[in-house]
Amino acid sequence: MLLELAVKVAAVLAAFLVLPLAVGQTEHKLMAHMQGRLGPMHAGRFHGWAQLIADGVKFAQKEDLVPDAADKPVFRLAPAVALLPYLLVILFIPLGPGDLVGSSLDMGLFVVVALVGVGVLAVLMAGWSSANKYTLIGALRGAAQLMAYELPLVLAAASVAVAAGTLSLPAIVEAWHPWWLLWQAPAAVVFFTAGLAEIRRPPFDAPIADSELVFGYLTEYAGLRFALLLLAEYVGIVVVSALTAVLFLGGWRGPGPESLGWLWTLLKTGALAAVVIWLRVAWPRLRVDQIQALCWKGLVPVALAQLVLTTAVALAL
Amino acid sequence: MASSRLVGAALSEYLVFGVLLLVGFAFVAAAMTANRLLRPSAPSPGKGAVYECGVDPVGGDWAQVQIRYYVYAYLFVLFAVEAVFLFPWAAVFRDFGPAAAAEMGLFVGVLALGLAYAWRKGVLRWR
Repeated sequence: MLLELAVKVAAVLAAFLVLPLAVGQTEHKLMAHMQGRLGPMHAGRFHGWAQLIADGVKFAQKEDLVPDAADKPVFRLAPAVALLPYLLVILFIPLGPGDLVGSSLDMGLFVVVALVGVGVLAVLMAGWSSANKYTLIGALRGAAQLMAYELPLVLAAASVAVAAGTLSLPAIVEAWHPWWLLWQAPAAVVFFTAGLAEIRRPPFDAPIADSELVFGYLTEYAGLRFALLLLAEYVGIVVVSALTAVLFLGGWRGPGPESLGWLWTLLKTGALAAVVIWLRVAWPRLRVDQIQALCWKGLVPVALAQLVLTTAVALAL
Repeated sequence: MASSRLVGAALSEYLVFGVLLLVGFAFVAAAMTANRLLRPSAPSPGKGAVYECGVDPVGGDWAQVQIRYYVYAYLFVLFAVEAVFLFPWAAVFRDFGPAAAAEMGLFVGVLALGLAYAWRKGVLRWR
């Protein structure tokens, strides 16, 4: 049992360290091609493959700057608070059928939604403790955005729970049927959009808004702490893509033998991560009021309607 | 016997969660320790100042911000409470049938009415 525990923790940690870097590398190349520019091409000679490693080495050697006026313990703790919830979410995401999941807790979905909600704390901690006006404005924007989008995210997740009749993520994938692609389509769109807003990716990057707020609530961060906060963003992409794939796209289900199911999970997650990168290239940033309006006047009513529809159909079936 | 094994299995699910949390903190701590060995440290008043577009910061670290979205926060609290009840309900409502669905429909309906009222009152408009 101890061995099983060690294998699970090691596997989750490996996914936590490797997948976000793969997404980051893909983002370099995909953005460069989509925008018709070169991007980093020198490090490692062949198409700049070593750029990400070079960035990491650079971050590891940078001076650790903490503003004199900052609330230092809070400032230092914020990157860990931003990062660790996503690490814990990965534990609950089933890669394939059977034992290919870190923890098949019965209330997995509930725990996952709760963990994603911790993000708002990290944003407020980072922004407030920096003692900087830009970070404060960024943090307040971030808090408003994250709190608002928590709702459609939770309601869309609840819709899947109603459809499957369970809160366990592996059991939800077991219960999944291809026709859910149609039945749960509005919830899927709401969940993915709200997930994007939760990880503050463009077009929902008003809390960072580099052309207005320097770098939003991250302005005062430098060196490795900044790198950890960036890592949190990319783990966030992996987590939101994987959750959408598991809840709405059937996770490991697909043509072919069940033993290759893990490949389906990775493929679906990768495809959704590519969409996240694509949105960053293609969409302008939404204004703060537009972000709130989209949530309260768009996503929340749609999610509520979906919940009613799901319940009615689930009763009829 | 069987039930004690079930309890043991559930405990191990929580155990792996706790261990992973500790490992996560250890990862951050190890990264920061390695960073301490590799990085230079040459503090100066300039580096310690907060960043304000390259000029000396104006005023202190306190700024007044108009928080326009506090009403949204109230709305959020209402719906968040609803969400907490939704999840356990979703897991069991099939066993209770249409009656449970109708009750939750009433609950959600009242909240939706609240959102509609706030919308009508102009709370959701940016001023």
